[in-house]
Amino acid sequence: MSEKIDQAQVKKVAMLSRLDLTDSEVAEFTTQLSAILEYVEKMNTLDTENVQPLAHCLPITNCFRDDVVKESLGTEKVLANAPQRDEEFFKVPKILDDNSGA
Amino acid sequence: MPNDLLNMDCKQLREQIAAGKVKSVEATQAVFKSIEKNDSKIGAYISTFKEQALAKAKEIDDKIAAGESVGFLAGVPVAVKDNMCTTFGATTCASKILENFHAPYNATVVEKLLAADAVIIGKTNMDEFAMGSSTENSGLKKTVNPWDASRVPGGSSGGSTAAVAGRLCFAALGSDTGGSIRQPASFCGVVGLKPTYGRVSRYGLVAFGSSLDQIGPVTHTVTDAALMMNVIAGHDVADSTSVDEQNAPVCDYLENIDKPIEKLKIAVVPEFNAGADEPVQKALSDAIEVYKKLGAEIVEVHMPHWDYAIAAYYMIATAEASSNLARYDGVHYGHRTDNPGDYVEVYTKSRAEGFGKEVKRRIMLGTYALSSGYYDAYYLKSLKVRNLIRGDFTSAFEKCDCVITPVAPTTAFKAGEKTDDPLKMYLSDIYTISANLAGIPGISVPCGFDENNLPIGLQILAPAFAEDKLLRIARMFEKQTDWHTNRATID
Repeated sequence: MSEKIDQAQVKKVAMLSRLDLTDSEVAEFTTQLSAILEYVEKMNTLDTENVQPLAHCLPITNCFRDDVVKESLGTEKVLANAPQRDEEFFKVPKILDDNSGA
Repeated sequence: MPNDLLNMDCKQLREQIAAGKVKSVEATQAVFKSIEKNDSKIGAYISTFKEQALAKAKEIDDKIAAGESVGFLAGVPVAVKDNMCTTFGATTCASKILENFHAPYNATVVEKLLAADAVIIGKTNMDEFAMGSSTENSGLKKTVNPWDASRVPGGSSGGSTAAVAGRLCFAALGSDTGGSIRQPASFCGVVGLKPTYGRVSRYGLVAFGSSLDQIGPVTHTVTDAALMMNVIAGHDVADSTSVDEQNAPVCDYLENIDKPIEKLKIAVVPEFNAGADEPVQKALSDAIEVYKKLGAEIVEVHMPHWDYAIAAYYMIATAEASSNLARYDGVHYGHRTDNPGDYVEVYTKSRAEGFGKEVKRRIMLGTYALSSGYYDAYYLKSLKVRNLIRGDFTSAFEKCDCVITPVAPTTAFKAGEKTDDPLKMYLSDIYTISANLAGIPGISVPCGFDENNLPIGLQILAPAFAEDKLLRIARMFEKQTDWHTNRATID
């Protein structure tokens, strides 16, 4: 029986998910995700050709408010949980290399 | 006597406190005594706020002594699931990634509890990010079932239901994305209500499946659930998915709670009930007899697409989760890895270190379902199946006032029994998941015990925004039975 998803695909999905998985996690997820996806295949026995997708069940379509400036949390509160900060900024490792220009 | 005090329900306690017969400080002290004695065994709380709670209790007592008017939950000690933001204490979602997260604002439901003069005593354990059916996926601690410490409390709101069942608070808030209030309520022998999607504001509820999540009460009685709904229901400008007063006005859920529904028509779904364990089926048929004696007419309905609910749910919920959990990036808040090689590793390592296995699995599944080449086959297909499931309910409700089913196919299972097989764990949500897909309200009320003295829950499902009717139907049953008066003994 062929697996629904192989290890290469699992690694690709891990990359898309920004998850650094160990080899044993890749192996485990390959088996488990295959089993789940196989179960999910049962939906294919249903004819949904003329069925509209339903994203939510609310009796609301759009929700507008007046375009007025309101007070927000403020810099201190927003940065209070930052793992690393530099004054008023979130601090991250260098993203552009030195000769990439700007 | 503190023990008698702890046996009261919220409504009784509130009345006693408001009348000055019991002090909120006494009730709060009794709760903390119970926590200090029993929570090392139960493990319901991630954090508690004793000093703050006692100060709040005193404030309420003083207000009452001064003759000032007080709120619907005046002086009543309540707990909140740890996925609702509070400016006091941490809001962890039982995840290592948020272990030290201090929210800059209160969730709307927390503001509403405080405005009703409730005393918030702590935040309860849960499956990490509400992903699970046993609370075993908590990244921070273990919670056991107060009825049997070798068994799970259910999940994901297992901390909230164990806290109520273990008399470690008088009521609690939980959240329900696929059964996370109703299933643990059933396992712990308490009342759990999932309101209609949009009935209660989700502002400040850490998002899991945004089109499915809903906050609701966990209580000892149906009346208390109505009381809690009076406090938390309603439109909130901060949550654009909370439904406005024009579309669905809130009502006073307590006003008619003791008034039975005339000419009540109850539907059962025979093919599905047959899938439950024998004691659960027996409890369900006994419950049907109770309603028959009250004059209810029982009709049979068929839910042809119900069998596909778990498949559709686990695609939709994980797709939404994969998107919602993208915000945990190690940059803005939450855990960051110590030594990232580059900026990409800030994401990949922080997330790998901070998330537990089930959360990773669901992010992976959801990312796959949304990825190029698979979107139509998995995600879009699931949304179509979701529409069919809602259609099943629409047709059913043309013939009845409510549908009754078991809450779960079994009573509380043993710890570790399903942790190795995620699909097996998912299948335990079979009866609850459809309500989330269809956006309708559902309640779990105690309706019996199995041979091991483990509680069984009865699920009642009603049309969208019919909480008033749903609570009254549940109350009709509760009045005729005394299952809800049984208490777990943890000693």
